[in-house]
Amino acid sequence: MAYSASRQFIRNLKALPATFFDSFIRHGKPTSDRAQTQTVVQNFFLHIHSSRIHKHSLKSLTTMGLGVMTLAMFIILCFTGTLLMVYYKPSVASAYDSIKDIQYVVPTGRIMRNVHRWAAHGMVILLMLHMARVFYTGAYKRSREFNWVLGMMLFVVTLGLSFTGYLLPWDQLAYWAVTIGSAIAASPTELTDAVSVTQYFDPGGQIKEVMLGAHFIGEEALIRFYLLHIVVLPILLCAILGVHMWRIRKDGGLARPASADPLPVQADITAAASPTKTFGLMAVIADRTPATDQEIDNTVPSWPRVFRIEAILLMLVLIVLVLLSLAFDAPLKEMANPEVPENPAKAPWYFLGLQELVSYSAFMGGMVIPGIVVVGLCLIPYLDREEEDIGVWFSGRRGRWVALISAVYSIVISVSILAFTVQFGWLRNWFPEIPQFIIIVINPGTVFVLACALWSIILLRVTNSTRMAAIGLFTCFLVCFVILTYFAMVHRGPNWDFFWSHADWPTVQH
Amino acid sequence: MNGALGGPRFEKPIQRRNFLGMLAAWSFFGTIGAALLGALRLPMPAVFPESDSRFPIGKPEDFPDGSVIHIPRRRVWVFSDTGGIAAVSTVCPHLGCLVGREDNGNYTCPCHGSRFDATGKNVSGPAPRGLVWLDVSLGPDGRLIVDSGKEVDRGTRILV
Repeated sequence: MAYSASRQFIRNLKALPATFFDSFIRHGKPTSDRAQTQTVVQNFFLHIHSSRIHKHSLKSLTTMGLGVMTLAMFIILCFTGTLLMVYYKPSVASAYDSIKDIQYVVPTGRIMRNVHRWAAHGMVILLMLHMARVFYTGAYKRSREFNWVLGMMLFVVTLGLSFTGYLLPWDQLAYWAVTIGSAIAASPTELTDAVSVTQYFDPGGQIKEVMLGAHFIGEEALIRFYLLHIVVLPILLCAILGVHMWRIRKDGGLARPASADPLPVQADITAAASPTKTFGLMAVIADRTPATDQEIDNTVPSWPRVFRIEAILLMLVLIVLVLLSLAFDAPLKEMANPEVPENPAKAPWYFLGLQELVSYSAFMGGMVIPGIVVVGLCLIPYLDREEEDIGVWFSGRRGRWVALISAVYSIVISVSILAFTVQFGWLRNWFPEIPQFIIIVINPGTVFVLACALWSIILLRVTNSTRMAAIGLFTCFLVCFVILTYFAMVHRGPNWDFFWSHADWPTVQH
Repeated sequence: MNGALGGPRFEKPIQRRNFLGMLAAWSFFGTIGAALLGALRLPMPAVFPESDSRFPIGKPEDFPDGSVIHIPRRRVWVFSDTGGIAAVSTVCPHLGCLVGREDNGNYTCPCHGSRFDATGKNVSGPAPRGLVWLDVSLGPDGRLIVDSGKEVDRGTRILV
């Protein structure tokens, strides 16, 4: 018996590569429908995808890959961020030096830091484009309402990650941008001051104290921002992101128009009534599709199509980031100097629109208007519940026109408001003794909001459609965001004065 | 579906069993909530890592009549004229940047363009109020002491 056991052992040894591989990948080559399905279902990393996907979801115009690319940016950010943590030291004394080391001494440090910086910018851009795509295809509607809200949470957390990461290099750019940012967080004080209750009730001051751990930006603030940046916000983002992606499946895959599921010619009632039916696990594993045989099946196995697309997108994002990082270095100014502010001290580009609003009123521009925008965007799916044309870009021809006219309207409105403010100033220039409360309530920022709201109400009346009103409002928001950002980026110079271009800036600054 | 969304659910009187169930659920959320609230008290600092808000700036003779001296480290301007000595904070009351003094004596904030006249009164831009005038006093060792935590009315000077 001992003899045959050792022969068996030898045989096992010879077969080891094959048996190990079989135990690892428990199905054959993914050539048949069944094996392709198993490839997805039996793989821990792939099974977040559904095993079959609707043909419409694979079309490039359905999503343009924006969500996947945003995720790719986040994965790259986690990876490069972890590498940067090897050398970064979160202390006032050594933070700046450690960033310099990373930039100039650490092997590949410069590239990793650059990739981290450009990926952070890229994630914000792609996230906004993804939001626009979801909005304009009406993918926030019925059964997907809450996923839109989750998306808005991801938007806010992503901006939080950008903002907290901005302080870490501890250079002039970082220090003064965060000085402004933390003062915006403390801006409810402007309101409590205006109504003279600050000494009894000062939420603004308390927010600032919790954020900075002090009344100035120093060691305490740096460690708090670091903690938020590397632990709290990434975990929060991962948790929300997990639910966000899980719900895509639970909500029946990507939104698609009714025309993507043509009714069968000789339809029986059950088939026609359930065009959105998804396949259960049992039917898939048993390789028998009992009742669903009756439906027109517009789905195909996810493997390899979805994964091919995802791999291409990840590759594309990575290549673009590396090329950008080779060409452009992430900025690093002089070490933070609390005695000399930058002039002009500009926030990162995605906060520049906000900075322009803040230059009218800190509390209104920095807290109330962003609050209105975020809450307003969250509420869109609950206020617009029309169910026609889900999954159709702009809900068809009329929506395209509404979007176009809204874009023209908001360009005219925002350029006029900005030109008026630059040319004539605002209330305090005309009435020097005016109470601050009136300026908080009436400033160019509130005029922006009112103009957008008014336009949306007009559209609601004229088109008699909440979807059209929503398209108008969202377009106004996007256009105003872009124009304010452009204006603050290009036309604001030293002392936040208006200049036609950077070349006109005075060379001697105070 | 409607029941889960709120409406008709409240039309039926609450059963004893449901009431006890709700009590259990609420006590669960209450416990977790209280624990969270307690834990979140931690990041609110009880002591601030700050030095004394009072600092000496020098002897009165260091500030002759008509002088305007900038002390960047302390973030103040010190003015001296026949009316006495005064200290004005350089921190913009808008969002905490440091204002610059122009040749004509007015102030401009580099971050959002708030402008102040020579006395620190806000004349344009987003600043909700004027620059802060700080308390100046004479210390026992004969040096002037500025208290950056104590605001005084605009125009207040100390005559030494």
